[in-house]
Amino acid sequence: MAERFEIRFSGAGGQGLITAGIILAEAASIVEGKNAVQSQSYGPEARGGASKSEVIISDGPIDYPKATIVDACLAMTQEAADKYASGIKDTGVLLLDSEFVKREPQGNYKIYKFPIMRTAKEEVGREIVANVVALGAMVALTDAVSREAGEKAVLSRVPPAFIELNKKAYNLGFEKVKALMD
Amino acid sequence: MAKKTALVQGNEACAHGAVYAGCKFFAGYPITPSTEVAEVLAAELPKVGGSFIQMEDEIGAMAAILGGSLTGAKALTATSGPGVSLKQELIGYACIAEIPCVIVNVMRGGPSTGMPTGPGQSDVMQARWGTHGDHAAIAVAPESIQEIFTETVRAFNLAEKYRMPVQILFDEIVGHMRERIEYPEPGELEVIDRAKPDVSPEDYKPYDSSKGDIPPLASFGSEYRFHVTGLNKAADGFPTTKPDLVDAEERRQIRKVEANRKDIEKNEEYMTEDAEVLIFAFGSTSRSARYAVNELRKEGIKAGLFRPITLWPFPEERIAALGKQVKGMVVAEMNLGQMIYEVERVTKGSCKLEGAFRVDGEPITPAQIMEKVKEVN
Repeated sequence: MAERFEIRFSGAGGQGLITAGIILAEAASIVEGKNAVQSQSYGPEARGGASKSEVIISDGPIDYPKATIVDACLAMTQEAADKYASGIKDTGVLLLDSEFVKREPQGNYKIYKFPIMRTAKEEVGREIVANVVALGAMVALTDAVSREAGEKAVLSRVPPAFIELNKKAYNLGFEKVKALMD
Repeated sequence: MAKKTALVQGNEACAHGAVYAGCKFFAGYPITPSTEVAEVLAAELPKVGGSFIQMEDEIGAMAAILGGSLTGAKALTATSGPGVSLKQELIGYACIAEIPCVIVNVMRGGPSTGMPTGPGQSDVMQARWGTHGDHAAIAVAPESIQEIFTETVRAFNLAEKYRMPVQILFDEIVGHMRERIEYPEPGELEVIDRAKPDVSPEDYKPYDSSKGDIPPLASFGSEYRFHVTGLNKAADGFPTTKPDLVDAEERRQIRKVEANRKDIEKNEEYMTEDAEVLIFAFGSTSRSARYAVNELRKEGIKAGLFRPITLWPFPEERIAALGKQVKGMVVAEMNLGQMIYEVERVTKGSCKLEGAFRVDGEPITPAQIMEKVKEVN
């Protein structure tokens, strides 16, 4: 783990990206015992608009709690990509939902994409778990936490009836990105 | 046994800290970015035999916690700047009637409605002088989730010990961000309960200072009966205009804080021993400042951080000494210059002084502070 690893989840308000950030921070700080800070910014609206959630992970203390230069960014919508896919380092990565982000942001970082919402809807069965598909994908892409720690954090947050659904969503996201990386 | 840990928001940590401190009564009116304090206490207080009430507005909420506290309950309200503006009259009442209570202000921008979801640190002077008249003030300004918990406990301790309102100031950034907290075990942190009268109900005087500057407070509804008023009053609680009594009471109420600065003040210093330039920062801004100190040190600049955990009373003695040690100071605050006036007052021109200010709803970055440090180095 680098001194400071910064991850940004962005999308439309209501897509669960803040929850995805919280789960990643729990995986890092509660499951793996590293330091993590999760923060978010959102407007006054409850749904819609662009929303972002940032997670900083470090082995040492985390002073400044917001992103400085982003290691990995997720953008689920065009508006989020336009607004938040910036400040990504040259060696960083950007994950996009290929169906919703048609104009790709320009940068020296590496771009990965697959239809995240469609994967959730058609392959997992529920659009609502798109954030967990995205989380699995971001864990695969970054190694910010181990695959197991991420899954444990996801499952500790969901009611028993939804464990299988979320497990499937997380692992499908993870596998999809691993296939893209090969 | 391993301690119970969780990833929680600052607002949640504040609510749990209040329960740990023995808070039994919360009255409030929801306002962003403080609402989670109320949400958690609405769920937690009934479990410990406490009460939660959502009042009709912020003024009613402040009145309610004063009433609750007078019956003997440790009482809390939580709001943001606009709410604190409304509470000012009753904060003054709490000062003169010496009613212990804790007021949480999760700061956003202002004035007025401002930017509800954006952070700010522009209520620091309000916490000192918001209510009219001469009065002492205690305000704490934690910078992390763990510290919000411990400072909430300490705020209750100070309120109960010194029989006065205490404000907890943090901002939207620490209020809403999440970090790991290790919940202290019961007994691990000191919890202070208010002193009770040791005289019979017939002999009780609520402001009798013959045994010290902080007279014990009996509980309303017990066998002790006494008068509470916002007027200047004598030892028995009834109004007086006798100059010597009024003067003595005013001075006592300020002295109870001034004479106990060592017990109340709490600061953190980071790399100040050999510092040639000092950053003065509090709350979430001090996290940017610490990051800046580390970066500046890598560049060979001997920077240090002074972080007041108690903003009020202001750490006069230490800042005066540091002002003589360093070439320059930078005061970083999410406003357009408030605490910098205190620093200026105390350092009396002994070093260069610059401010790193910001009011656009974004945090002050380490880079912004570093730039200012280089101007005074």
